Amino acid sequence: MAKEAIRQNTAVSIRTPRARVRGLGVSHHGAGHWWLQRLTAVANVVLMLAFVVIIARMAGRPYPEAIRLVGSPFVSLVLILAVLSVTIHMRLGMQVVIEDYVHAPATKIAAVFANNFYAVVVAVACLYAILRVGFGQPPV
Amino acid sequence: MAQFNLPKNSQITQGKSWPAPVGAKSLQTFRIYRWNPDDGQNPRIDTYQVDRDDCGPMVLDALLWIKNKVDSTLVFRRSCREGICGSCAMNIEGQNALACTMGIDECKSPDNALPILTRKDKDGAIRIYPLPHMPVLKDLVPDLTNFYAQHAAIEPWLQTDTPSPEKEWRQTPEDRARLDGLYECILCACCSTSCPSYWWNGEKFLGPAALLQAYRWLIDSRDENTGARLDNLHDPFRLYRCHTIMNCANTCPKNLNPAKAIAEIKKMMVEREV
Repeated sequence: MAKEAIRQNTAVSIRTPRARVRGLGVSHHGAGHWWLQRLTAVANVVLMLAFVVIIARMAGRPYPEAIRLVGSPFVSLVLILAVLSVTIHMRLGMQVVIEDYVHAPATKIAAVFANNFYAVVVAVACLYAILRVGFGQPPV
Repeated sequence: MAQFNLPKNSQITQGKSWPAPVGAKSLQTFRIYRWNPDDGQNPRIDTYQVDRDDCGPMVLDALLWIKNKVDSTLVFRRSCREGICGSCAMNIEGQNALACTMGIDECKSPDNALPILTRKDKDGAIRIYPLPHMPVLKDLVPDLTNFYAQHAAIEPWLQTDTPSPEKEWRQTPEDRARLDGLYECILCACCSTSCPSYWWNGEKFLGPAALLQAYRWLIDSRDENTGARLDNLHDPFRLYRCHTIMNCANTCPKNLNPAKAIAEIKKMMVEREV
């Protein structure tokens, strides 16, 4: 059992209610997480609308034309910004869900690791594809 | 993981059905959660018939009627019977409320009951449980030790470094008005025990009741400790477990809005950074 779980468990440890509530103390962060979540949420509204428009314009086009559309500077920029904003938002949101529901210490750490790795891998894979197309090396 | 099923020894069984009063014309059925820590049994639901013609209009009247005339072993907290002490908070027809201010007819109205309850059981009985997700001491009495300790942890008193003035600490009528909708809280725990975030992380999340009071002191114009108060809340669990679910505002028997107060605290947190 993790140290903190022992602190909370009345069957394992005799502590005053005040000691339990104070726990390991205040962590002095959280506002940044909350603010960035809101910031990326607002950015996502604009960027996702642009993303849907881009996808709609690609529909039915042959491959070389689709590549040319993605490779145009403005579209590339919008896609890069969308990937960054969405993956940051996804990582922050998922972390909150994990903190809410996953309480077993080992599982929780594993889940937070997996969440971070997943977000970074998704972001880097998307950015790599966009940059490759943007700099004129479309996959054959 | 957060635990979604009741452990085996907490699963509720069918309890005793108490006989209806003789000669009563207007009966109301109550199904009430019973648990005794001393008999080693699982919790059970007892069924009582209350004579409406012999009983006051509120749910608390019915509980007292049962205790006086049917089953004196039924345990619940009550004191003021007028919604100011906060003792008789319990879960009535799926909604946290004060038994003393919740009318027997009122709690049966479809507006009040959760849809799942009205669908499942149309027998017209009123179901009463202790406040959700709290350790139960006996029957309808929850253990609120942690809840009170959380209230104490936000230090709900005026804090100043300036020496006290000869008379009172002065405040403009406008600044005083900002405390309306906050100071009225009676700490009945209806809000905190209706909050899913508090269910899953109640030992680390301070909960809507404590945070409403935290905000009450944060915006008190006389208080000199605003920064330290914010520091004490700046934590992903203490404050930011609130996901604006709004159950707290929905259930508050005093019609206060803890969710709004928490949102204001989050705004203050950003305000001092951005």
